[in-house]
Amino acid sequence: MDLVTPGFGLVFWTIITFLCLLFILRKFAWKPILGAVEDRENGIKSALASAENARKEMENLKADNERILNEARAEREAMLKDAREIKNKMISDAKDQAQEQANKMIEQAQAAIESEKKSAMLELKKQVAEISIDIAEKVVREELSNKDKQLKLVESMLSDAKLN
Amino acid sequence: MTITGIAAIGAGLAAIGAGLGIGKIGGSAMEAMARQPEMHGKIQTSALILAAFVEAVALFGVVVALLQG
Amino acid sequence: MTFSTFRNTLFLVLSLSFSFAVFAGEASENPKKEKFDAKEMIMHHVKDAHEFHIIDINGKPVSISLPIILWTDNGLVTFMSSAFHHDDSGHHIVEKNGMKFVKYHENIYQLTDGAHAIEFDADHHPINAKKPWNFSITRNVFMMWVSAIVLILLFVTAARSYNKSEGNVPKGIAGFVEPLVVFVRDEIARPMIGEHKYKKYMPYLLTIFFFIWINNIFGLIPILNGANLSGNIAFTMVLALFTFIITTVSGNANYWKHIFWMPGVPVAMKLFLMPIELIGIFTKPISLMIRLFANITAGHIIILALMSLIFIFETVLIAPVSVAFSLFITVIEIVVTAIQAYIFTILSALYFGMATEEEHH
Repeated sequence: MDLVTPGFGLVFWTIITFLCLLFILRKFAWKPILGAVEDRENGIKSALASAENARKEMENLKADNERILNEARAEREAMLKDAREIKNKMISDAKDQAQEQANKMIEQAQAAIESEKKSAMLELKKQVAEISIDIAEKVVREELSNKDKQLKLVESMLSDAKLN
Repeated sequence: MTITGIAAIGAGLAAIGAGLGIGKIGGSAMEAMARQPEMHGKIQTSALILAAFVEAVALFGVVVALLQG
Repeated sequence: MTFSTFRNTLFLVLSLSFSFAVFAGEASENPKKEKFDAKEMIMHHVKDAHEFHIIDINGKPVSISLPIILWTDNGLVTFMSSAFHHDDSGHHIVEKNGMKFVKYHENIYQLTDGAHAIEFDADHHPINAKKPWNFSITRNVFMMWVSAIVLILLFVTAARSYNKSEGNVPKGIAGFVEPLVVFVRDEIARPMIGEHKYKKYMPYLLTIFFFIWINNIFGLIPILNGANLSGNIAFTMVLALFTFIITTVSGNANYWKHIFWMPGVPVAMKLFLMPIELIGIFTKPISLMIRLFANITAGHIIILALMSLIFIFETVLIAPVSVAFSLFITVIEIVVTAIQAYIFTILSALYFGMATEEEHH
């Protein structure tokens, strides 16, 4: 019975001691210790977060680099393609032009040849005519020096020309 | 039989009850821990709390016995 | 480093427990022929005392005298407990300020005028004396102050060491203390009360945890003669009372609703549950009080009872057995010191958590 009856004096002193202890420890022990632990945890957390951020930034940077590299590569590709196209175009243009020029020259040459040919023909015709007249003159002269022959000729001509 | 003797028997009965209860809790906790070792900490905490509750009932009996003795 | 510190502490406690066996043996080896009363010896050790009895040498008790403070009808009376000359049977009368005091079974009585010895009626109520208000610095109060000073030294030193170190790294004693503090925070307060509200209760939980633990341990140290503070119902009552007050004060609307008008059950059940829950408010702290008291006291009683076997059987042959058994029990008790402090703290935290839980249906 005595064992389970709280003694008044001990209750009194326990209340006082406990309250003092709670107050002192709260102020001088729990607050600094918990504060230090929390600070450290926060520090670790923020360090981890910043490491994570740095990693992400690194990744971003890498991705950026990759992107820029890709862009540059694409640009180079495009430029090369353009250059090739321009080259091809220039070549084909030059070819066309040359072709045209050549055609023109051929045409001109052909025209010149044609006109030369025509004038040569004309000359030839003229000379042939002159020569034929000369020949005819000479023949006629020779023929007409002989009366028989003249008559014969006339006769053959007339026979050729009869009944026409 | 004196009242003290009866009180002692009462305390003994309370101890039997608590023993059965805590035994059951301990056995189940062990089984649970064996089944799920990764939950070890949580099971242990719950088992301790439950054992404390069971024990409290027995201790009430013991205190009643003490009051008589 | 933490582990080795802990191991050293454990070893110290163990070796002291062992020396207890030696002291207990010596203490009772005096050649008194009176019959050994185990119950009286055990009760004497388990209960509070007005002097710090250390050892008997050749039948003469060696003890530290403690101040006795009484509040009588005629005002405050103080004298040292040595004035009683170790008398506990109510025969030695101390006169002070014209009043006569006797000590009987560690209770101090003020004799009425003309009485020369205390007398009791059949119900053990004193006939010719009354009890003054007793504020004496008893053995338990003394040990409580010692433990409080040890706690303050330990934790304030630990807290100071953080300021000296760079980046809040725990050094020296803080390395030993910090895991325990973090344990209370992460294993007790956070899961039981909840992430958002636990901070408010941390100082209280930490204080009761370490206060109970250190007093449990001090109770086991035999040279202090097992000042059984945490096994004293007055001490546990005060701590349980604090838990009760904090729970009741911090109880929110949801908590009271669950007590007076349990949501989610039929009306008949609500009416049935109300008295149960209402009683539950009080049984929770009472069970806290009794659990700590009974566990610690039971441990002391068992160790002392095993020791008493030597004197009950009046042979030294039983000594190895009882020493071995009491060593075994002492080791278990060392575990129990921590477990009971943990249980008290975690249940307090659980009650705070119940009181502050928000509605979430």
